[in-house]
This record gives sequence, structure tokens and C-alpha cells, in this order.
Amino acid sequence: MAKSKSAYSEPTKFGKEDYHIIVVWVDNEAGVLARVIGLFSGRGYNIESLAVAEVDKKKHVSRITIVTKGTPEVIKQIKLQLGKLVPVHKVADFSRNDPKILFKELALLKVAGTSKKLDKAKKLCKKYNCVILDKTKKSFVIQVTALRREIDKLIVTLKPVGLISVSRTGAVAMTKGKEIFIQN
Amino acid sequence: MPKLLSGAEIVFKSLEDQNVEFIFGYPGGAVLPIYDELKNHKSIKHILARHEQGAGHAAEGYARSSGKPGVLLVTSGPGATNAVTALTDAYMDSVPLVCISGQVPTHLIGTDAFQEADTTGITRPCTKHNWLVKDVNDLGKIIHKAFEVATTGRPGPVLVDIPKDIQFNKGVYKVEKNESPKKFNGAKPNQINSKDIDKFIEMIKQASKPIFYTGGGVINSGPQASELLRELIHVTGFPITSTLQGLGAYPGDDHQFLGMLGMHGTYEANNAMHDCDLMINVGARFDDRITGKIDQFSPKSKKVHIDIDPSSIGKNVQVDLAIISDVSELLKKVITRFKEKNKNFLSSNKEKTAKWWSQIEKWREKKSLNFVNSKQTIKPQHAVQRLYELTKDQDTFITTEVGQHQMWAAQHYKFNKPNRWMTSGGLGTMGYGLPAAIGVQIAHPKKLVVDIAGEASILMNMQEMSTAVQYKLPIKIFILNNEYMGMVRQWQELLHDKNYSESYTEALPDFVKLAEAYGAVGIRAKTPDELDDKIKEMINSNKPVIFDCVVDKQENCYPMIPSGKPHNQMLLGSEDEKEDVSDEGKTLV
Repeated sequence: MAKSKSAYSEPTKFGKEDYHIIVVWVDNEAGVLARVIGLFSGRGYNIESLAVAEVDKKKHVSRITIVTKGTPEVIKQIKLQLGKLVPVHKVADFSRNDPKILFKELALLKVAGTSKKLDKAKKLCKKYNCVILDKTKKSFVIQVTALRREIDKLIVTLKPVGLISVSRTGAVAMTKGKEIFIQN
Repeated sequence: MPKLLSGAEIVFKSLEDQNVEFIFGYPGGAVLPIYDELKNHKSIKHILARHEQGAGHAAEGYARSSGKPGVLLVTSGPGATNAVTALTDAYMDSVPLVCISGQVPTHLIGTDAFQEADTTGITRPCTKHNWLVKDVNDLGKIIHKAFEVATTGRPGPVLVDIPKDIQFNKGVYKVEKNESPKKFNGAKPNQINSKDIDKFIEMIKQASKPIFYTGGGVINSGPQASELLRELIHVTGFPITSTLQGLGAYPGDDHQFLGMLGMHGTYEANNAMHDCDLMINVGARFDDRITGKIDQFSPKSKKVHIDIDPSSIGKNVQVDLAIISDVSELLKKVITRFKEKNKNFLSSNKEKTAKWWSQIEKWREKKSLNFVNSKQTIKPQHAVQRLYELTKDQDTFITTEVGQHQMWAAQHYKFNKPNRWMTSGGLGTMGYGLPAAIGVQIAHPKKLVVDIAGEASILMNMQEMSTAVQYKLPIKIFILNNEYMGMVRQWQELLHDKNYSESYTEALPDFVKLAEAYGAVGIRAKTPDELDDKIKEMINSNKPVIFDCVVDKQENCYPMIPSGKPHNQMLLGSEDEKEDVSDEGKTLV
């Protein structure tokens, strides 16, 4: 190995990386998404997916949901760093395996082909609780709301029967039961 | 109906209400309305820099030596981009700065107009927060918020970008009462749990090998924090070491002070950090220049971390007790509680820490800051020591550039008060010291202000000499001139087989003539014999001085924690150099 002569120490131990869903409530003002995303890229954190929209029209509060991967130390830093941003109200962090949390992603899938193929494709979709949004003789567009891995699987299934276009959202999350997340 | 004011008037109204006395800046097309308004506000003095970076560092020097936020005024495009280095420097070293930048008129934003830059985009990662003002009626509120964000929690820079049309537009200026004492650090400060304080005190009582490791957070917490720190050190009898930024919070000549720690820290401080059983971090952030190899960092100690910024906790080093608080607030509570319950701690605990202190004395005997002095050439360490001896009886403010001279200054100049030491630690910005000295001298017109400099760094913002001369600021630029970028040369000598690639500066200016060209005084010292007299001549001059101190070209800065080594394996000097740095070590520098 060539001798590197950097002026910094080498990385030491790596902890186990895990998927987390970070939910951030922010003031919906110009540049706020750039602040949040810039923090992730600037500090070298991952973003697997992203979903953002205003959830309170009166108070102009948006809810950003970010799926990320990192060691427990990194996940903790992400939360603390996000908490420091001025437009951020609160930050929640859910493990992807948390049974008390609901996760959903939405996808639109377009399948085109002969009617025989389309029929086959429709059959394959049945398991997935799909909604048909558009139908022609040679194509259909379905909407599916499911977990990420389920959508992944459906896409693989539909590929051989004429899947020609995929559009997906990032995950959104919510706690089960009557509780809502309150930052202390 | 409330009186309508122009945006430019609102800027000054807000600054007046914030009790701003000085603005450091540089005019340009997109801030002309603000500059036009300057004449109507006599309580605010504008200091014209020669480059926006210089204005920024001057504002930093002002802020760090006075405890007040520094204010910076620049134009759009190049004005703002030139300020970026100073903003980043302030961000790294937690200096409160409010930068007001001009912007092209609102309708031209996004058209690549003349001197347009996406200033809020560019400065987003190097400010605590920034604003692009879109409505003149928001302007006053935004500027007040900007000051609040800059000065609360962990201080830092903020930027307010004001398009030129907003500066002309008329609007209402109203000062709003602070709605919510919102957590500008992500946590409501000073909600200190008394259980934590008890746990902390219990750890102090259990420790037999304790050490305090204190940083810039103590200085930022205000002069009272330094007083309280001194009291806590005295009631516990524990040893204390300080980071580069924390120097001055505790007297540098006190027996309990082990000197600075870290890459160029003392042997006793670093070994004590490595071997301690209790480390109490007060307002420092476990920076990589401090910790060395992180997985061998102080392996046997319990660690307490007191910091106002929750994201500093657990970022680099995991700790056993974390307290998120302002230093003063916490120390006050700790000292009160400690004294209540432990009346005779100092004498009763003496025996427990006696072994530890005798070990520290053994490390001390190494005299790790020693160097081989010379009668022929001036050794840079000797020059700093002489400067210290000749200035220590007056209240002296020291700034530095970045490199070997900075480390020698930190090692050999002893600070007894906070806010006397201004250096670029986090970002390591060459060219910081001269403009910073200008800011310090503005804040303390009657005090002696010395920039301990290197000849390479000083050239990076040399133009600011012109500012010093214009405002009759008698700053002293004390250049340790070895004709090399000394720290670069040192690394190249130790790690790159003495391949001194581009680290020698040919065609240096004659600094004495240069000083004279600026209208300042130039002094040169070439031999140790003449050094003292020349330094006295510098101190006694009432004009700005450039002091060209011609020093040994080959001197290296020791002691040093070489790359890939933990705290207890330091290089002490040229004797140790022969013991080759391992290949692995070279990688880890």
C-alpha cells in the first residue's frame, strides 16, 4: 500500500450501522430544506429517502422525514445537529424495526404491453393492495402504498411483464396509538 | 401611523438599539444606501478595512477581546465571498459575528447580475443561521434575531443579506419583545439537574488521579467563568490543563496549571491526560489536535463533559457524565454545593492525590518546553520568552497568525486573564492575526496589542497595515522570520524526507521598508544581543510597528505528539527525532 501522509489520524473502530427514520418539524421558510439536506451532505451522513411537505398551513410547519443509515453515535449526532438549526422545532428518531411506528411509502408504476401481459401483471399486483389510477388497452398505472422492501419486491415482479416507469416517494412515519411525539 | 423608515435607516436603528459602537466593513455597489446613511448615526463608527476578510477577522478580534458581538458590513458578490473565510473561522472558534451583506435588487436575484452571488447559499454551512431579507418590514426583526442567534448558546457568526431595493424601500421599524427564549442550540440551556451535580461532586471525591481540561467555552462564558474556574481549581487542589483557545482562563504561571495540552502541548499535560482516572472537560470539544489517536485517548479515565452545545457531547469521545450548560451557571452551582458538603476537602484529599502530583512533578522535570538557546542566532522560543518578560507587567493582548510561531506563542507566553489571547484554532487561518489585532486595538485603544506572526502568514493580510495606520492603531506586528512556512517545513522534514516542496519563500519583502512604506515603524533584530532593546523600542513606539525578528531557520516546534501516537508517546526534541516515525505513523499524521 502506498504511504499516505495525511495530516489527520485514521478512522478507528466502526460501530454497527442501522437504519433510522428521522422526522424533523421545521418552519416552512425559504431555504429550510437546503439547511437540513446541507447538514447531511456537509457532515457526511446518508440519505436513503426523503419526504417533505407542509403539515400545518396556519403555523407554516413542514414535516421532513428522512431515512438514514448510521452507527448509534452518528444517529445521535444527526439528531443533535438538526436540533441546533434555528428553524427546527423538534426532531424524532425511530428505528426501522420499532413495532410502535407505522412506515409507508407510495409508488406509481406504469405497465405496458399486450392485454395478455397486462392481465398477468394485474394478477401479480393483487397481493399488494394496489389502486388502478389509469387504464388503456395497452397500459395501466397503479398506485401502491407499502413498505420499501415490499415495493422493491413488486418492482422486481413486474419487470418481466412490462413495467416501464416507476415513481416513488420517500417514507413517511407515524406513531401508533393516541400518542404523538413530544420533544422534551 | 408609525413613521416609515428606509431599509438603510432600519439597519442603523437596529444596530443602535443593539448598542453597536463599531462596524468593520468595505463599501460596494450593493450596500451604498447603507453607507449613505452612516453619516446620520454618530454613535456608530465604521472601520474601513482593505479587504473583506480583514474586516471579518478584525470583527472577530474585537468580539473575542471585548465579549461583545463583532459587526461586519460588506457588499454583494466578491464582498460576501471574501468574508466567507472569516465567517468560517468564527464558526469554528465560536465567535459571535453579525455580517450584513448587500445583495443585488430583488428583481435581479437569479439572473447572474453584476456582483451577484448566492450569499445565503454560500454561507449556509459557515453560519449559525442566515437570512435573505425579502420585505423591508421584516428587516428590524431579522437583525435583532440575528444578534440573538449570534450571541446565545454556543456563539457564532450569522449573516443578513439585504437586497439593494430593500435598503431603499420604506417600512416600519418595530422592536419586538423576544417571544420565546428559544433554544438556539437545540436544548434549553441551564436546566441543570441537581442529580448531575451530585454525581459530578461524587466523581471529584472518588478521583485519585484527576485533571481538569478546560477550553474556549470558559472564555466565552464571560470573565466570571474564569473566576469561578479558579475557585474550583483551588478548592479541589486538582491539576488543570487548557486547550489553545482556553488559555488565560486560568493563570499560566500558577503551579496547578500544567500548560497547554494537545499536539504541541506539554509533556506533563498530555501524560496526565493519558493516565488520569477522572477527566473534567469544561467547555472544550475533544478536537482531533487534542485527542491524538482517539481509541488510545485517556483509556483509564471516567470523563465528565460540560458544554453548552449538546452536539459537542459524544461527537468524538464518549463520556460518563455530560452536563449541557453555560460554564458560569454550572460552576456557580457546583462550587456552592461542593463547599457546603466538603468543608476540608483540600486538606483531607491531599493524601489521595499526593502520588498523582508527585508523578506530575516527575513529568514536569522533563522540562518539555526547553530548547537549546544560541548566542549567535535568535531562537524563536527565546524571542517569545523575551517578549513575554518585557510585556508581562502591562495588560497585553496577543493575537497570532497560524503555524510554528502560533504554537511557540501558546507555549511560552503566559496568560493570566481571559480575552487576552486571540488565535485561529479551529480553522487555522493564516492571515488572522494582523486584522484581529486591529479589532482588539479598536476595543482597547490604550492597551498594548501584539500580533505574534510568521513572515508567511503576515503576507496574507498585509494590506491591513494601511487600516492600522489610517486609524492610528499602534498595533505591534512581531514577525518570527525564518523565511519558511515553518510548520509546513517541519512536517516535510519529519515525514516527507526533507523534501521542502514550496515551503521556502523567496523574494520576501524588506519588512522594515515595507513598514515605512505604509507609514508605520519598521524594526529589525538579528542577534540575541540586540533583541531586548529592540523589543523595548517597539513597545515604546506609539505608532504601528512591524518588527522583523530574524530567527533560526531550522528550529522545530516541540514537544510534539507524532502521528498515530497516543498522548503518552511524545517527541520531546531533536534527540527523539532519530527514532523514526513508523510507516503506520506517517499515514496517521
